[in-house]
Amino acid sequence: MENAYIILILVTTFGFFMAWGIGANDVANAMGTSVGSKALTIKQAVIVAGIFEFTGAYLAGGEVTSTIRKGIVDPHLLGNSPDLLIYGMLAALLAAGIWLLIASRLGWPVSTTHSIVGAIIGFAAVGIGMDAVKWGKVVDIVLSWVITPMLAGTLSFLIFRSIQKLILNTDRPFNNAQRYSPIYTFLAGFVIALVTLFKGLKHIGLQTSTGENYFIALLVGVMIMLLGYYFVRRIKIDKEADRDFHFANVEKVFGVLMVITASAMAFAHGSNDVANAVGPVAAVVGVVQSGGAVIQESVMPPWVLILGGVGIILGLATYGHRVIATIGSRITELTPSRGFAANLAAASTVVLASGFGLPISTTQTLVGAVLGVGFARGIAALNVNVIRSIFLSWVVTLPAGAVLAIVFFFIFKGIGFVSIS
Amino acid sequence: MGNYFSGIFGPSPISPLQAHMAKVQSCIEELIPFFEAVIKGDFDSATASHQAISTLEKEADKLKKELRIRLPSGLFLPFSRSDLLNVLTMQDSIANKAKDISGTVVGRQIKLPDPIDSSFVQFVSRSVDASAQAQTAINELDELVETGFRGGEVKLVEKMLTELDRIESDTDHIEAEIRMALFQIEKDLNPVEVIFLYRIIDNTGELADLAQRVGSRLQLMLAR
Repeated sequence: MENAYIILILVTTFGFFMAWGIGANDVANAMGTSVGSKALTIKQAVIVAGIFEFTGAYLAGGEVTSTIRKGIVDPHLLGNSPDLLIYGMLAALLAAGIWLLIASRLGWPVSTTHSIVGAIIGFAAVGIGMDAVKWGKVVDIVLSWVITPMLAGTLSFLIFRSIQKLILNTDRPFNNAQRYSPIYTFLAGFVIALVTLFKGLKHIGLQTSTGENYFIALLVGVMIMLLGYYFVRRIKIDKEADRDFHFANVEKVFGVLMVITASAMAFAHGSNDVANAVGPVAAVVGVVQSGGAVIQESVMPPWVLILGGVGIILGLATYGHRVIATIGSRITELTPSRGFAANLAAASTVVLASGFGLPISTTQTLVGAVLGVGFARGIAALNVNVIRSIFLSWVVTLPAGAVLAIVFFFIFKGIGFVSIS
Repeated sequence: MGNYFSGIFGPSPISPLQAHMAKVQSCIEELIPFFEAVIKGDFDSATASHQAISTLEKEADKLKKELRIRLPSGLFLPFSRSDLLNVLTMQDSIANKAKDISGTVVGRQIKLPDPIDSSFVQFVSRSVDASAQAQTAINELDELVETGFRGGEVKLVEKMLTELDRIESDTDHIEAEIRMALFQIEKDLNPVEVIFLYRIIDNTGELADLAQRVGSRLQLMLAR
């Protein structure tokens, strides 16, 4: 295969840049609340987010990456022309990247996931043929975009109601916050560990049975519970702080819990969104590695996920800290108790979707979770117009990503730099 | 690149509403030194107090307009938007009423006759208590949002509103006594002056009514 190195360099550069963009921008949603409520400094937030985004991408990012890589386009139709897949995936990456750049310049709320999925469907349907798209899977994905925010909203509503019942609406909210917080931290650790284990960690050489999965998840849950308990116990009640606002000390306890669920959210985000950057990379690498065979039986190389994880960290370190700071100062309405409920609900939903290999919008899921708290009358004011435009953004983003990808696809095909010998 | 997540949070109307009530409260509190000066016959201090009331009323009006502008439709609030705007209107009418009262007294250079002057200060200060109690309840709004308008916090606010009702009924009793005392002496006074005295008594009595209405609008906000 000629030009193999050029193709690889090209696709990894595009993919890395995309991962950088994800790290620069989207990570802030998970960490912003912790910084805004002063539970973490910006530096701490960047470090915590970096660790959990990377582990999420590396340990749990495989399933969604494989969906982007070969779940949307049917490789069987491309048996004789692997070059089309390479042009297409390059075009999809470029299209999604440019569309995101345009949209964010104009202040439009668009999601990386919608852009890349739209771009892949676009080049496959028009460039190769309508049959090349696995429409059944596409329907699943689009349905998941509707279901996941609703699921996260329902979960956060229930979590917030339980917080009201157990902690906020009791006579001694501070003591009850300390007493019941281990249940929540255990749940956060347990759910995320369990879903990650069930998805399989074969690529790091870990093969576990169902029983072992439950045992390890239990262990992770208990460890996180103890860690949380240690920090929660260290909080001393400060009578002066409660004079103006009677729940100031309770919120300090939730500050600890929120850092834990924000870490979970960073993990979940890494597990779902890394695929947007490295899914196409994995597809191209697969073709190149097998010397031009499109039907890839080979396992995806783990370095692709690492590439994505490193890209996200770099984006976070070079630019993301600024976005975290801005978000943190703007979403003070999301106090720790609310941020905690929303993050726990969103993280669980996203990790679950990642387990099913569904590329979803993590931001929309988080917005759904915040709305759930709003429905429990827990937030002073939410902007319905902005929420509506966020939820409807994919209606524009899918065709936009598709059209751009089609244009780039035909340009690449016209240049014809891939030749199979 | 821009991030749009923070855009989903609208401006909270709660602290502006509380700031407005605080302004209204400092406006109506000024009625106490005002009537003390009137009773003493110190017309200069009374005029100065009236000026202060008028300025505070204007400032409250400004805060009211600002909050209305901050509340476009399309905000998802934990209470109905119209209930909140009703509370705001009621709060503002307390300050308006205070200005009316001091304005009438200053404009007509009214002197309170001997038998009613001491109970009148009591009347005013109890009315100020009523509005202070309404303010205490309004100040619980952030705690109400924190608890999601449920449980003990709701009971606490309801208790405050019961206390507000009690204070309002106190003012009714004092008002009745003052009317009775004035009735006894009214034939010895200038009839026009008597008409305006009754008007001032009416308006002062309405202060506590308005405070109570702030409370009942707040109660509507609690129940959705």
